[in-house]
Amino acid sequence: MNTLKFQSQSVAKPYFIFALMLFTGQILFGLVMGLQYVVGDFLGDAIPFNVARMVHTNLLIVWLLFGFMGAAYYLVPEEAETELYSPKLAIALFWIFAAAGTLTILGYLLVPYSTLAHMTGNDILPTMGREFLEQPTITKIGIVVVCLGFLFNLGMTILKGRKTVINLVLITGLIGLAVFFLFSFYNPANIALDKLFWWFVVHLWVEGVWELIMGAILAFILIKVTGVDREVIEKWLYVIIAMALITGILGTGHHFYWLSTPEYWQWIGSIFSALEPLPFFAMVLYAFNMVNRRRREHPNKAATLWALGTAVMAFLGAGVWGFLHTLAPVNFYTHGTQITAAHGHMAFYGAYVMIVLTIISYAMPKLRGIGESSSPKAQVVEMWGFWLMTIAMVFITLFLTGAGILQVWLQRMPESAEALGFMATQDKLAIFYWLREAAGVVFMIGLLTYLANFLVDRKKVAVTSGMPDTSGLQTDT
Amino acid sequence: MHTTKEMPKTDHRENITESVERGKALWEDNNCIGCHTLIGEGAYFAPELGNVFYRRGAGNHETFKAFMNGWMKAQPLRIPGRRQMPQFNLNDQEIDDLADFLKFTAEMDVNSWPPNIEG
Ligand code: HEC
Ligand code: HEM
Ligand code: HEM
Ligand SMILES: [Fe+2]
Repeated sequence: MNTLKFQSQSVAKPYFIFALMLFTGQILFGLVMGLQYVVGDFLGDAIPFNVARMVHTNLLIVWLLFGFMGAAYYLVPEEAETELYSPKLAIALFWIFAAAGTLTILGYLLVPYSTLAHMTGNDILPTMGREFLEQPTITKIGIVVVCLGFLFNLGMTILKGRKTVINLVLITGLIGLAVFFLFSFYNPANIALDKLFWWFVVHLWVEGVWELIMGAILAFILIKVTGVDREVIEKWLYVIIAMALITGILGTGHHFYWLSTPEYWQWIGSIFSALEPLPFFAMVLYAFNMVNRRRREHPNKAATLWALGTAVMAFLGAGVWGFLHTLAPVNFYTHGTQITAAHGHMAFYGAYVMIVLTIISYAMPKLRGIGESSSPKAQVVEMWGFWLMTIAMVFITLFLTGAGILQVWLQRMPESAEALGFMATQDKLAIFYWLREAAGVVFMIGLLTYLANFLVDRKKVAVTSGMPDTSGLQTDT
Repeated sequence: MHTTKEMPKTDHRENITESVERGKALWEDNNCIGCHTLIGEGAYFAPELGNVFYRRGAGNHETFKAFMNGWMKAQPLRIPGRRQMPQFNLNDQEIDDLADFLKFTAEMDVNSWPPNIEG
């Protein structure tokens, strides 16, 4: 049964499928690293830790980008009430991005990093070898080109269609994503300036423009599954993004405490970043409020669960775990410890992994031609995946937090003469790392369970696909 | 930006020699940040290197260069079960450049971080 309002929305499907494939790869490499943390020489010659880490974090970022793009191709036409400007361009960009991404990951795995740097001309315009920005310069240029094509396609669609708040917030976030990525091309010889502007990409992404993307997707889903008036949802969205931008921009200061930067950043950073949990808290209130005031029972229970889960986990990971180490006197001790890793994991999972899985949950049944939702049986399997992954992530975060507290206690708090060295401290944390690895295995099982939900309804897909049927289904708004 | 105007006083950019610049490029081309932190940013798998000049070189340029040369050439140590650092096959000049880069980062004024010598 075809329930797509606009046929061009179907270009989202390959984006979502590829995103989930990369997600699986990301977790696999996470498990490899988790083991290397305790069995130091595990696969050490074939996949050194730094290589596994690049693959893990780059796959994460790239699959989230695929997810955001899929979300935009799905949502923008529906909001604008018009077909996508150019479905062909969207499909072409999909293949270019998928090929560039795959080649880059193969490059990390197959040749030493320094060889890759030389092969791709890093001497001419050096941008590589910085955390999260390890991609060869030419891949970075590719990303910019893909983003430009993508923004053009969406922009033209929005221009010819209805201009909703959701579409405008989403496109603003996506433009911001592309603009701040340009700072990755600035790599001065002065490491202090390099680091300062590196945060313009990393912080202003996750605590700035990506929040707009997340807010827009969440608003779209809430309208769909609750049937609450668009006006109410838009008002919340305005408040949330205003808070996000006001606190997030000056909140960048929480990365300028120990960076050859003036000391006033310890005040600005602490004060504004301490307010950063507010927009995340507002999202929790809003999501639950809207669901409680729902005007209809949408058959896709799983999508509603993901939407609520996103709000809660983003608040915990970004809001609570972010606040934990954001005040300068605390950060002095926790900076660059396992506390940071704990926060990074739960925040990325809670906010961005989960929002992408939310829109996938809502859109996939329609994209596959199954109907408004997948079968109740498939949804049960999907919800098992939700709980296994989410609970596993809570435990990963708790174990890393335990490791981090002990690390600070042994290595950071004592005076120089008494403090335990880094490697000796790590030995003492082994039990936490083993537990983290166990939780990671549960996460993987959860992911496989989640993926299995797509198999439950496969017969329905086979029966209905390829039958364009647009009759009388454009009922809901 | 006021900050970028103030920073020359504290980041000691006047000490950026050609060797420091080459050292930074080597640091990036070999992805040292994929295991180590540098002034608290990077990966949490291996020791902080922003102050290794003081920890392993006692703040003495010659001692530190000698340490770096020995260290880089001895990798991987292959102690069973212990975390490993790879062999990067760098020549003496390149190791000196890296040492100069790490000396530069140690001498930046970063509001007295880290709390102690262990980084
Ligand atoms: C695959 C991970 C990895 C990469 C990549 C790596 N290192 Fe290391 N490094 C380690 C580990 C693990 C140790 C601790 C070894 C030990 O104590 O047995 C270490 C220790 C060191 C030390 C001694 C620190 C101390 O306080 O004892 C220095 C100096 C060092 N590395 C420099 C470098 C440089 C320079 C690079 C880049 C060219 C680099 N490392 C890349 C893993 C790595
Ligand atoms: C969804 C939003 C967020 C995501 C995805 C996120 C992710 C991350 C990641 C990955 C890092 C590590 C960066 C590195 O490698 O050095 C980090 C660092 C940090 N984050 Fe967040 N974060 C988010 C929101 C927040 C919020 C709201 C706060 C404050 C309330 C916060 C406070 C911090 C601080 C203080 C650090 C520095 C840690 C250190 O000194 O080592 N984050 N964040
Ligand atoms: C969706 C799930 C996951 C997300 C969103 C995620 C995200 C991240 C991020 C953002 C970083 C960089 C952290 C930082 O710089 O602070 C990272 C590093 C890492 N991740 Fe994950 N990860 C996930 C799952 C896993 C799993 C299941 C494991 C293993 C059991 C794992 C193991 C690691 C390790 C060992 C590191 C390196 C930490 C270091 O620098 O020493 N991750 N991950
Ligand atoms: Fe931040």
